[in-house]
Amino acid sequence: MTTNSLTTSQGAGRAGDKVFSGATLAAGCLILAVLFGVALFLVIQAIPALVAPPADIQGGHGFFAYIGPIVVGTLIAAVIAIVIATPVAIGVALFISHYAPRKLASGLGYVVDLLAAIPSVVYGAWGAAFLAPQISPAYGWLASNMGWLPIFQGPASATGKTILTASIVLSVMVLPIITSLSREIFLQTPKLHEEAALALGATRWEMIKMAVLPFGRPGIVSAIMLGLGRALGETMAVALVLSSGVLTASLIQTGNQTIAAEIALNFPEASGLKVSTLIAAGLVLFVITLGVNMIARWIISRHKEFSGAN
Amino acid sequence: MSKRIDVKDLNVYYGSFLAVEGVNINIEAKSVTAFIGPSGCGKSTFLRTLNRMHEVLPGARVEGEVLLDGDNLYGPGVDPVSVRTQVGMVFQRPNPFPTMSIRDNVLAGVKLNNKRISKGAADALVEKSLRGANLWNEVKDRLEKPGSGLSGGQQQRLCIARAIAVEPQVILMDEPCSALDPISTLAVEDLINELKDEYTVVIVTHNMQQAARVSDKTAFFNIAGTGKPGKLIEFADTTTIFNNPSQKATEDYVSGRFG
Repeated sequence: MTTNSLTTSQGAGRAGDKVFSGATLAAGCLILAVLFGVALFLVIQAIPALVAPPADIQGGHGFFAYIGPIVVGTLIAAVIAIVIATPVAIGVALFISHYAPRKLASGLGYVVDLLAAIPSVVYGAWGAAFLAPQISPAYGWLASNMGWLPIFQGPASATGKTILTASIVLSVMVLPIITSLSREIFLQTPKLHEEAALALGATRWEMIKMAVLPFGRPGIVSAIMLGLGRALGETMAVALVLSSGVLTASLIQTGNQTIAAEIALNFPEASGLKVSTLIAAGLVLFVITLGVNMIARWIISRHKEFSGAN
Repeated sequence: MSKRIDVKDLNVYYGSFLAVEGVNINIEAKSVTAFIGPSGCGKSTFLRTLNRMHEVLPGARVEGEVLLDGDNLYGPGVDPVSVRTQVGMVFQRPNPFPTMSIRDNVLAGVKLNNKRISKGAADALVEKSLRGANLWNEVKDRLEKPGSGLSGGQQQRLCIARAIAVEPQVILMDEPCSALDPISTLAVEDLINELKDEYTVVIVTHNMQQAARVSDKTAFFNIAGTGKPGKLIEFADTTTIFNNPSQKATEDYVSGRFG
């Protein structure tokens, strides 16, 4: 009798392989199941609000008339926060990765990471109690000097508790996310490419433009989208800072509202159809966030050929 | 369009560690000079001091003079950026910018310092540089494709095209063929032979046959032991180094007795 020695298997090794692949499969499925479960919950709970007669919804004009202004408010707050935070974050990240002396860089990186560890309610309290009163004179100036722009139309809020203040607080909150991720990406720029640029006679800034930023582009986009995700969903800080109201174009008047803050402020006292309305608002936020992520993926994949991954 | 290099009493330090000691060497314009020696002997380090690329590492510094046609690279007020536009470099591993097309890679150095260049002039320069690097016929139909899609040897020649597009006086090559297969190596060696008609070429190589094939003069570097500084042992015509060296260490090295 002959046996092929290659057919005998190492029992223990095989079992380990199977357990591990099973565990990873289970983890992957769990994520999908949770996501699906949340989506299902949101849809089922939201249906009553979507099919209810318009007069029964808060405001009396149906769900979409109710949610529309809040969606716009949410987007305004998040976009302003990202517009403020992104250049600062990339600047800080570049300073840490390529300009600062090593000791200063590690200290600064640590401080930036600490910013992310501050609870959002603290940011909210700081925004409401400190930033808003400090910044309201600036709003007065904007209203009187640049009031011809709809976004700076007066009269400015005397308390400073406006959507612009909320956006500034949000930008401080997303700053550490974008900074840390960008810094990690910038540090991973291959030395080869940095040296290639320098050897051509590039200054440090030209080297960054030529090698570091193009290499880090997909990572920067991801970082911005993660920051945007946080800004869209941030609840506590907005709820504390913003004195909400109807949708207005002016950023320095009282008014506007975001989805997350709307849900948080109204949920405790809600019942019946009102609960469904708020959950439907949550569903809308879920869809927006999903859309933002898909756009980010699309932006990254557009330049795949030039990503350097090949 | 090429300049000679004269090095006087050059010491290279990393922090307080003396890496290369007391180098004196005169490199003729329009010639190929090869640096050979065992690993860690400081030949690459020394090469990088010829265009101040060693300064990329924190704590690296030199003492002594490197004269490019009489102008000291380390003189007061000399900007390393302008040194590197005069003294180009090709690296051990091909490093075209992955985010740029072949065409943009060639133009990368030219577009620095906000220099404007018309499309016609850019097209002409791309063709001239790629022809100069023996790459034009292989890539002329795909100039807009990424440079990272080329083979290793083609990428290295693209890097050479990128280096000569800025019209430097000197081209430094740090083991340019060590990551390439024999066919690609041959293509690059042929190119080096052509480059010396217009440029001063300095090449570091681990491959003694390569040094014998491509260079006019050869410098042998050696190190007494770990932690000791590397030194220039002997510098002479390549045929002399390989057939009739004056130093015992050189003879041992080129005959394969160590290193």
